[in-house]
Amino acid sequence: MSLTTNVLSVVAKLLCGSSVRWVDCQPETCQRVYFANHTSHLDAMILWSSLPRQLRTVTRPVAAKDYWEKGIVRKYMAESFNALLIDRKKIKVHRSPVELMIQAIGDKYSLIVFPEGSRNPDSEMREFKSGLYYLSKKRPDLELVPVYIDNVNRVLPRGEIIPVPLLSCITIGPPMWLENGESKATFLQRAREAVQRLKEV
Amino acid sequence: MFVEAQNYVHGAGTLMFLPPTLRNWGDLRVMILLGVIIAVLAILYLVGRFLGRQPEGTINPAIVRMFQQRVQAWWLMYSVLAAGFLLGRVPTVVLIGLIAFWALREFISMTPTRRGDHSALFWVFFVFTPAQFVLVGMGRAYYPVYSIMIPVFASLLIPARITLSGDAKRFLERYAKIHVGLMICVYSLSFAAAVLDVESEPEAVADARAPSAGEIPDETTATEPEGAQSDAVVPAVAVSVEARSPAGLLFYLVLIVQLADVFQYAWGRLLGKRVIAANINASRTWEGLVGGVATAAVCGVLFSWITPFSWWGSSIMSMILAVMGAAGGMTMSAIKRDRGVTDYGTLVQGHAGVLDRIDSLCFAAPVFYHLVPLITQLR
Repeated sequence: MSLTTNVLSVVAKLLCGSSVRWVDCQPETCQRVYFANHTSHLDAMILWSSLPRQLRTVTRPVAAKDYWEKGIVRKYMAESFNALLIDRKKIKVHRSPVELMIQAIGDKYSLIVFPEGSRNPDSEMREFKSGLYYLSKKRPDLELVPVYIDNVNRVLPRGEIIPVPLLSCITIGPPMWLENGESKATFLQRAREAVQRLKEV
Repeated sequence: MFVEAQNYVHGAGTLMFLPPTLRNWGDLRVMILLGVIIAVLAILYLVGRFLGRQPEGTINPAIVRMFQQRVQAWWLMYSVLAAGFLLGRVPTVVLIGLIAFWALREFISMTPTRRGDHSALFWVFFVFTPAQFVLVGMGRAYYPVYSIMIPVFASLLIPARITLSGDAKRFLERYAKIHVGLMICVYSLSFAAAVLDVESEPEAVADARAPSAGEIPDETTATEPEGAQSDAVVPAVAVSVEARSPAGLLFYLVLIVQLADVFQYAWGRLLGKRVIAANINASRTWEGLVGGVATAAVCGVLFSWITPFSWWGSSIMSMILAVMGAAGGMTMSAIKRDRGVTDYGTLVQGHAGVLDRIDSLCFAAPVFYHLVPLITQLR
């Protein structure tokens, strides 16, 4: 891990003053998909920084290509976080985002995904996109870990450039899996509820 | 004995390169106080451990936990103060500034603001808060600036900045929240740092040493001009006051406020019957308040040696500090209750809750600062 990566993650932690809670879940290096609510550009950076060091090296945030490839700074940051950039505009069948993710993780990496698709300015979470379902259908061995990110939207709301150092909280919940024969809609609903439940913990 | 001790400090030529107000930074009395505090804290820590090991059922475990947490918080507080004291005046101001910044963070995190407040918050965190402590750090000469910057300029600029975002919903409420946060966490607490520059010598003594003002007040110049004709007692007092460390007043402020807080709690638990306002704080009682203020008065007498006050002046000051501390505690409890949280710390899990520990200090500091010259005259 490079020096800038460490510096960036320390800065991210200081800026968001984030406290991390592991609720019924242990930090382990097994292959996982962390899925979280999405309210700010900082989400991926914060969640990634709040993982323990050993986990960070094997965890890749999935982020939007159109945002993170704009300008040298963002590109550089995306590289330092080992982000997996997905093109949201040109989704092709033979190179679908899910295919890319599965290719990218191999049998080593974990992922950070935001199934809401884009940042959500409201307090209520949006419906989840289906990517999480297809991902776990193709790789049922992956542990799906719900994460609730609180208050980061106030640190850097949508459309603002300068962050304000408020305190945020990250809650990481118990892993879940796709049940046998579970339908897409019920699974996505269950996953969404798993994230929502962490709000109350 | 006192004079001898002071002579020793002077003789060692401590910190002579500093400007006059800071020359006596390493006052022996402050060292003694610091030693006493550390010793007492060590005892309290051991008591806490002892209580923690008691078999179940003998003592309420919640009280033991609270006691241990408090002692831990004191350790932290006095480590910060002691570190600042050992490093010098500017580091002390910086450390208090960082505490204020963190307290403001907790305060604003707890109070809901809207997206439209974002830029105003930027001003609050990155312009006004640092500016306030830079001005305080620059010294007493900047009092006319730092005493009005937040109450006047910030209070006018913040609402104007919020309007630019074009969001009028709950406008007055949002403005009030941000401004109150800034006033309590930053403005008020900055006076704890400003105490380091307070003009605290009694006038009579200040007159006595006037001829030597501006020179290096070493033993001979400080004692000779008027000491030559009168007997040796007057200049001896002049020397001992001259040698008072400005950090002493800061330690006194923090110590008395904390002690008053503890004794209010203790008396409240022992004798408390009439709760002041159950809807705001169920554990603060009139008996606790009176007991706390009375005990603070005793503490004020006990610790008057560290201050420029007479023993009864010090006890009056301590009572005022105790009342202000209680006022701060009650006010912050009301804000917490309104937000539906019990501790600022629990709002965002895992944080220690700095604001919970310094709320009484925030209210006591500005009052203390402005009363020091007055109380010094009482003798």
